[in-house]
Amino acid sequence: MRIDWIAFSPWSAAFGGALLGVAAVLFALLAGRIAGVSGIVGGLLRPARGDVAWRVAFAGGLVAAPLAYSLLAPPAAMRVDASIPMLLLAGALVGFGSRLGSGCTSGHGVCGISRLSPRSLAATAIFMATGFLATFLVRHVLS
Amino acid sequence: MSHQDRLETATAAGVGLLFGLGLLISGMTNPAKVLGFLDLAGPWDPSLALVMGSAIAVGSVGFAIARRRSASLLGLPMRLPTNRTVDRRLALGAAIFGAGWGLAGFCPGPALVALGTGAPQAVWFVLAMLAGMAIVDRLPP
Repeated sequence: MRIDWIAFSPWSAAFGGALLGVAAVLFALLAGRIAGVSGIVGGLLRPARGDVAWRVAFAGGLVAAPLAYSLLAPPAAMRVDASIPMLLLAGALVGFGSRLGSGCTSGHGVCGISRLSPRSLAATAIFMATGFLATFLVRHVLS
Repeated sequence: MSHQDRLETATAAGVGLLFGLGLLISGMTNPAKVLGFLDLAGPWDPSLALVMGSAIAVGSVGFAIARRRSASLLGLPMRLPTNRTVDRRLALGAAIFGAGWGLAGFCPGPALVALGTGAPQAVWFVLAMLAGMAIVDRLPP
């Protein structure tokens, strides 16, 4: 394995990651909830009375983040190589899989591993493995 | 809306914003950077591992404190998951989620943040993601 030392960004990764941890902990301490994006957004598709506003607010905070970020720094780099059909397939799999598996990178990967949840440890190991596999297929077999 | 509901909604907005900023600063809203981690056969960018490691280091301390509480600091009930059983539904879901993640480099949080930049690719991805989520709601439990 060859490390990409040019792309590797240890300081921003560690600082940004710490912010993710702080956000997740604040949500647990203040609201008693898990900051799991797929669960929060997925819960809006079958809205229950009194269970909508906080979900919309959380999603709104995520969507508003680039605007807040632009006040502090130049726009963050973003490069999407996937075609539109690939994005549609990827999105459908991500939506279906995260709901079926009760979580994604935020709920299982960050919150669940922090809580040493056996379900989240298993889920994270599995989605990392299939993530590696899918990227290998896209970059080295299909292209 | 009760006073507590308003506090919870404001908290969710602030936490969502902070989470989004964390994703932007760490570079995880850039699918090319995520794929630089997921592509073990190419030049490998370990950044994502450091992002998760750092988040988990902070989270481990915070959740250890949160776990002991019977109510949140705002007086809301603690709703942290208690299920510890690894079942087939979890494993299958995680496998499918990971496959989708590895195809384009987007997962739900970064995709919503990318939506906020107005990137058309994020619009396609999020629409398909919501459709995928809606299908699960129609499956038997």
